[in-house]
Amino acid sequence: MAELALTRHRHPDGTPRSLAEYTRTGGYLQARRAWQQLTPAELVQLVSRSGLRGRGGAGFPTGKKWSFMPPPDGSPGHRYLICNFDEMEPGTYKDRFLVEGDPHLLIEGMLIAAAACQCDTGYIFLRGEYGVVRERLTRALAEAEQAGWIGAHAGGSDRPFRLHLHLSAGRYICGEETGLLNALEGRRANPRAKPPFPVQVGAWGRPSVVNNVETLGNLPAILREGPDWYRGLGRGADAGTKLYAASGRVRRPHCAELPLGITLRELVFEEMGGMQEGRRFVAALPGGGSTRFLGEDGLDLPLDFGSLQAAGLSLGTGTAIVVDDGVCPVDLLRNLAQFYARESCGWCTPCREGLPWVEGLLRGIEEGTARPGDLELLEEQLGLIGPNTFCAFALGAVQPLASGLQLFHQDFAEHLRLGRCPRRR
Amino acid sequence: MLSDQEQGELTALLAHCPDRRSLAIDGLVLLQRGRGWIADDTLRELAAFLDMTPVELDSIATFYSRIYRRPVGRHVLAVCDSVSCFLLGGERLLSWLERRLGIRAGQTTPDGLFTLLPTVCLGACDRAPNLLVDERLVGDLSEDKLERLLTELADQPDRLGPEAELVHG
Repeated sequence: MAELALTRHRHPDGTPRSLAEYTRTGGYLQARRAWQQLTPAELVQLVSRSGLRGRGGAGFPTGKKWSFMPPPDGSPGHRYLICNFDEMEPGTYKDRFLVEGDPHLLIEGMLIAAAACQCDTGYIFLRGEYGVVRERLTRALAEAEQAGWIGAHAGGSDRPFRLHLHLSAGRYICGEETGLLNALEGRRANPRAKPPFPVQVGAWGRPSVVNNVETLGNLPAILREGPDWYRGLGRGADAGTKLYAASGRVRRPHCAELPLGITLRELVFEEMGGMQEGRRFVAALPGGGSTRFLGEDGLDLPLDFGSLQAAGLSLGTGTAIVVDDGVCPVDLLRNLAQFYARESCGWCTPCREGLPWVEGLLRGIEEGTARPGDLELLEEQLGLIGPNTFCAFALGAVQPLASGLQLFHQDFAEHLRLGRCPRRR
Repeated sequence: MLSDQEQGELTALLAHCPDRRSLAIDGLVLLQRGRGWIADDTLRELAAFLDMTPVELDSIATFYSRIYRRPVGRHVLAVCDSVSCFLLGGERLLSWLERRLGIRAGQTTPDGLFTLLPTVCLGACDRAPNLLVDERLVGDLSEDKLERLLTELADQPDRLGPEAELVHG
């Protein structure tokens, strides 16, 4: 069996591991080491050497992000570690899977990150729809506090780390890290200008590190087994394992920890059991809604950060959305555009006005009310939205739409020629 | 007027907020849990507690999709219309529910039993298509399953928590 960093001790039925179960397999020993034996500089170096890259979608090296955190300068106020548990990327359910089964893994990961970044206060920013996670994390936080792992003597040290759970009231943009900071402060989740970056001016104006759930979950294993072990888990240039998953009409849609760098073919046709009876693979968004489509010719690309980047693509969250031949591609893009149009925070004009326009153009082509020139207008609009906004949201929205327009150009031509969707009567 | 209990719970939450206004979203969620929705009076009372103007608090309340500024039914049915559910017929199930309940998404049935809302991806795409009944996720939906679920919910007097027992869940 392949070596695992995240799910080695997980119950097969996904029920949560208690504190007793977690500590029986060495749990919290690495938090103790991080707070009592290793210096922050040693921790940052260790995680840098492991090659861990952020698992929220951007793939930024975690050790490097931490190294940008300024050292404590004695100024009053907290230093924050914030876990991004908003997980609202369409098709993505990996963080829920991980923490529902092992809530203490996230808490220990946060303790390690907090020791490295010298944070005294943490927040778990959890999407409000994840009620089961909320219940399990609330219980685990109480257990960890009672056992003394978090609180006044973090990891058994003489320094504090207090950890709070914040429930989001729902909006996709809260997953953007500066939008998240505004939401945490009780404001509208409009993104902030960068620079200054959150490590310099973050929550309530204080230094703040924002890390994804899966990223943090890797830390206990990296400390326990060492950075070289972790590096070796990846199949290609990128280190570690990844929580991969799929949705759509595959036989066994689920989430699984696999070596970073498996191919889309292995994910869909081996791990997920292939396509459902009578359905053919057409394309996939490899990592949530905001990635570019891979067609059949992309099935053998390694799903890692470097390989996809070199091909002008991105891994995103690693949870593939698989498109089958029973779906109209134009209607699919219309559905994706509807999501982005509704979830735009409204701050920047190209995103707020452009995305509903794009949605309307796609609807027109699908429903047979398009006018001559609409396809060209659609292409033009997509080119104008992405680069002219404050945050990466709009650029993310354009990825599946622009690449879908290319990949499915024959379907678009057919719709326009017939003046309707060929699948509708 | 905020009740003594509401005041107490809000004050307890303030303990780990650097300033009062940081409690805006938590406060809205807390009051909505007890009152069902955020009426104009509720908004004014909370704004006063937080030292904010009502109009500023309203700009926050209306931004977040899980804050209700209109009354909702006993059960809120939030049906996912994002891409993974779409691939398995999620949008068709939303239309089916509109016809079955005789309301459009965004409305409440005249008997006050159900509010129907579209929602973004619920993060349970391995069980698509999904909906959230109050806080309880129900996956692997079909028209038959929805029909049985509606009958069962009609006899459930309280909002469902995340781990509520359901025969047809």
